[in-house]
This record gives sequence, structure tokens and C-alpha cells, in this order.
Amino acid sequence: MEKRVYFKGWFLPALLITPQLLITAVFFFYPAGTAIWWSLFNPDPFGLSTKFVGFANFDYLFADSYYKESFYTTAIFSSLVTLFSMGIALYLAVLADRLIKGAGIYQTLLIWPYAVAPAIAGILWMFLFDTQTGLISWYLGLLGYDWNHLLNETEAMGLVIVASTWSRVSYNFLFFLAGLQAIPRAIIEAAAIDGARFWRRFWTIIFPLLSPTTFFLVVMNIVYAFFDTFGVIHTITKGGPGQSTTILVYKVYSDGFVGLDLGSSAAQSVILLIIVGLLTILQFKFVEKKVHY
Amino acid sequence: MVENRGLNYWLTHVGLSFGVLVLFFPLWLAFVASTVTNSEVIHPPMPLWPGDQFFVNYGRALIEGDSGQTSASVARMLLNTVTVALGIAVGKIVISFTSAFAIVYFRFPARKFFFWIIFLTLMLPVEVRILPTYEVVAGFGMLNTYSGLIFPLIASATATFLFRQFFMTVPDEIVEAARIDGARPMQFFIDILIPISRTNIAALFLIMFIYGWNQYLWPLLMTTDPSMNTIIMGVEQMIGGQDDVTPWPVVMAASMMAMLPPIIVVISMQNLFIRGLTDSDK
Repeated sequence: MEKRVYFKGWFLPALLITPQLLITAVFFFYPAGTAIWWSLFNPDPFGLSTKFVGFANFDYLFADSYYKESFYTTAIFSSLVTLFSMGIALYLAVLADRLIKGAGIYQTLLIWPYAVAPAIAGILWMFLFDTQTGLISWYLGLLGYDWNHLLNETEAMGLVIVASTWSRVSYNFLFFLAGLQAIPRAIIEAAAIDGARFWRRFWTIIFPLLSPTTFFLVVMNIVYAFFDTFGVIHTITKGGPGQSTTILVYKVYSDGFVGLDLGSSAAQSVILLIIVGLLTILQFKFVEKKVHY
Repeated sequence: MVENRGLNYWLTHVGLSFGVLVLFFPLWLAFVASTVTNSEVIHPPMPLWPGDQFFVNYGRALIEGDSGQTSASVARMLLNTVTVALGIAVGKIVISFTSAFAIVYFRFPARKFFFWIIFLTLMLPVEVRILPTYEVVAGFGMLNTYSGLIFPLIASATATFLFRQFFMTVPDEIVEAARIDGARPMQFFIDILIPISRTNIAALFLIMFIYGWNQYLWPLLMTTDPSMNTIIMGVEQMIGGQDDVTPWPVVMAASMMAMLPPIIVVISMQNLFIRGLTDSDK
């Protein structure tokens, strides 16, 4: 798309675009280029020498059982966070959409967790499940269940999923509610007059019409689970116990900043760059065209 | 909306209220913990109703942090966070508004190229290039500075994309009229484009302010000096390791102060916020 009417000259637009170009070049393209460079050249942490290693960093990563495990962990974590946060949000949005009065109040009461940083969400849930003082873990203890997410891998994964889901439900709820309210009432009423009950109307009419929103949210939630949940994991489990909650972005951080393995960390960054790039392309291809039935 | 009375109506309210309560539960317990003594928290079960230590805990957090061990005072961290969040919101809006104006309203050589360069940055978060970005910032001597906290986080094109989309919907007749009246580009920019973009700018400001406020990983790497900590990472620093005793009431008071400003902003400017969110992400 182009504007039919425009201003002449090149100096002014060049001046206007310069700040963004400069900042993008220095803080985006140069670092991203460096990541690619490092992934091929394997610098040592003191910057004394670099030698070209080709794809050795990548070969090493794909042969590394810890890295494969981290991929597996990320897949489980992000699909469960996406599934739960979208499922709960859709359920709440469908309920709110049925109300003529009061939907606005529920919206207010349901959207505030969006404003809470994932790291703070992590602290709140860690506090509830603290192995010594947590309220929920104490009650679980009364029921004879010994909760310890510092030792038990499944419990650790469960807790980071719960905290990440909690902080994401609001976002999904807003989009689902907006999507539901955009569906013409006449269609749903026609189906009701034809005798279709609520759940039948939901699965045959509402859910299909909601598919553009759903698809958009799937992509956004995967991106969220891949990156934004760093705060949740860093505050609750620090990637442990063992490697059980070390998702890919956490591994970039722990190998690079804690382990000082720059080459490997850079190669992992490049792989993440490619994954997000693919997701972005998918997003633009499908969301622009909308998903049609 | 079709069935509106009877059992279904009440079940709808029950379901929604249950959701509201579950979401609210962790916040309530954090608030309760911030108003009681530490010994009430560490001897479970902790109380479910607020105690009388509100001013003690909030005062201690605001002025002392965790008694000056590893973190700065919450007052200092809030000041840092407000500065960084405002810097990110204002900076991002200024650079993307001007560059979107240049891309949409001018024809200049390599315009398409610049356009794609900026758009390549869409959706690639700072997390994937943290190490090299850290090196760049360290090279400029910007560790432990506000500019080091702000600049890497405004290097993305989400806002440029949004403004471009909006400018494309502005009728060409307005530009034509302005040009016939003899307006120069910058006059059009200041007298017409900025006023008609007010709502979009405000909505984007809200989204970016919350984004900046809630940053965690980048401040964590960047700020080794406690006096430059932001509140979100600072709260984590206040929690003791395996052997230390965590002063939970003070930590929870700090958490409440870290959460409340963005929560109040989102709830009080709900409509603008939702508009910004649905526009900027879609």
C-alpha cells in the first residue's frame, strides 16, 4: 500500500528516520550479527582468541543430550501453558459474553494480572508453595502429600506452568472476549431458534468463527512461553531441579552468563532467532489472510 | 445472551466469580503477608486476614529495602523503574512516530530497504541476543546507567508498524488540503498528524509503560550496582538464598508496590489499554 499524496525531498525524511535506524543498527542488528559470528567462531570468555569452527557449535548442540532435553522441556512447557491459559480464558470469555449486564465488571476483575510482571507472578506462587512456609504446601502436607518443588521435577514443572498460566489468562481473555463480541448476534439467534443448544451452537458456530483469534493467540502464547516466562522460571526454580525446568531461553542465559560458554550460547541464540522468525512468518501469512472455514 | 434467566444465568455468574477469586487469591495472600509479622508467616499456616504491621513493613521496605544487605530501598528502585519505564515509552514513541511519518509520507531512495530493515526487528525479543547486546552496552560504558537500561529495549519496530498502519488510514485529502494551504511537511506533522494520532499515542504509551515497568532479564544483567536496580528484579534480590532467612513481610510489601502501579494504570485506563493492546499486537 502506498500513499497517493506525499511530500518531496529526501533530507527531512532521512533525518526523521535516522534515530530509529541508528538505535536498531547498534542495539539490534549488530548484536544479532555478533551472535551469528560467535556461533561460528567460538571465542573464549576472555576475548583472547577466536578460531573459526564452522558449524561445530551447532553439531555439538544437536548431539548434546542436555540441549535435546531442553527442547523437550520447552515443548512440554509451552504447549501446556498455551493450552491451559487459552482454555481457561476461552471458558471465562464465553461466560462473560453471555451476560448482557455485568460483562464490564468481570472484565475489570479479570484483566489486572496482565499488569503483573511474570517475575512477580513467580514470587507470588513460590510464596504459596514454599516448602517450609507456603500455605498451599502446608495444607497439602495435612492431606498427607509432601510437596517439594525443589526436589521433585514434576512438581517444579507443574508450579512454573501454573504461575505462567496465571499471568497469561488475562491477555487471552481480552482477545477472546473481543472476538466473541464481534460475532453477529443474528447468526447465533438463528441457530437458537432452529433449536441448537448452547454447546452445539458453540462448537458448530462460535468456535469456527473465532478461529482467527484462536490462531493468533496460539502463536502469541508460544512466543510468550518461550521468552517472557524467563522471570517465572528464574524466580521459582532457577531451571532446576537438575535441568527439569530449563527452557531454551533459560539455557541461553545460564550457558552464556553463568557458564561463560559464549560459542554455545550464541549458537543457541541463533536457533531461537530462527524459531521466532518462523513463528513470525507463520503469523503474518495466516493472520493477514485470516483463517477461513 | 440468548438464555438470560434461570439456572444458566446463575451458573454463569458462579463460574465467572470462581475465576475472579482464583486469580485474586495469590494477590490477597501477598497483601496479607505484607501486613503481619515475619514469625506469623514462617509458622504455617499463615493468617488469611490482614494484621496490624502494614506501616511497619511498607515503611521498612520503602526506606531500608532488606536492611541494606543486597538491595537498595524500594523508594530508590521505584524511582529507577519509573525513569526506565517512562524512558522506554517516550523514546519508543518518538523514534517510531517520526520514522513512520518518513516512511509513509515521503518517497526517498532506499525507502523500501529501510522499511524492511526496521520490520525485521518485529517480534524478536531482547532475550535472544542478550549476550552480544550486553557486550555492546558494556563497550559504551553504559552498564549501570539509565540509557543502558532503556536503549536496547526500544530497538524494535512494533510501534513503527502500528503508526504506519494508522497513517495509512488517514485520508489523503487532509494532506492535499494542507499542501494547498502551503503547509510544509513539519507543519503538517505538528499541527495535523500529532493531534489526530493522540488516542493511538496514548494507548501505545500505556502498553509501552507497562512493558518497560515489567522488564526483568535485562535489568538483572545490566545492573550490578544495587542503587540502579529496578523494582521487579530488586524484589527477587531481596529473597534470601537457601541459608538466609527471607523477610517475607517486607518482600511482599515490596512486591505489592511493584505490582500496584501497573495494575492501577491498567484498570483506570482500561478502554484505552485494551485498544492499545488489540491494535499493537494484531
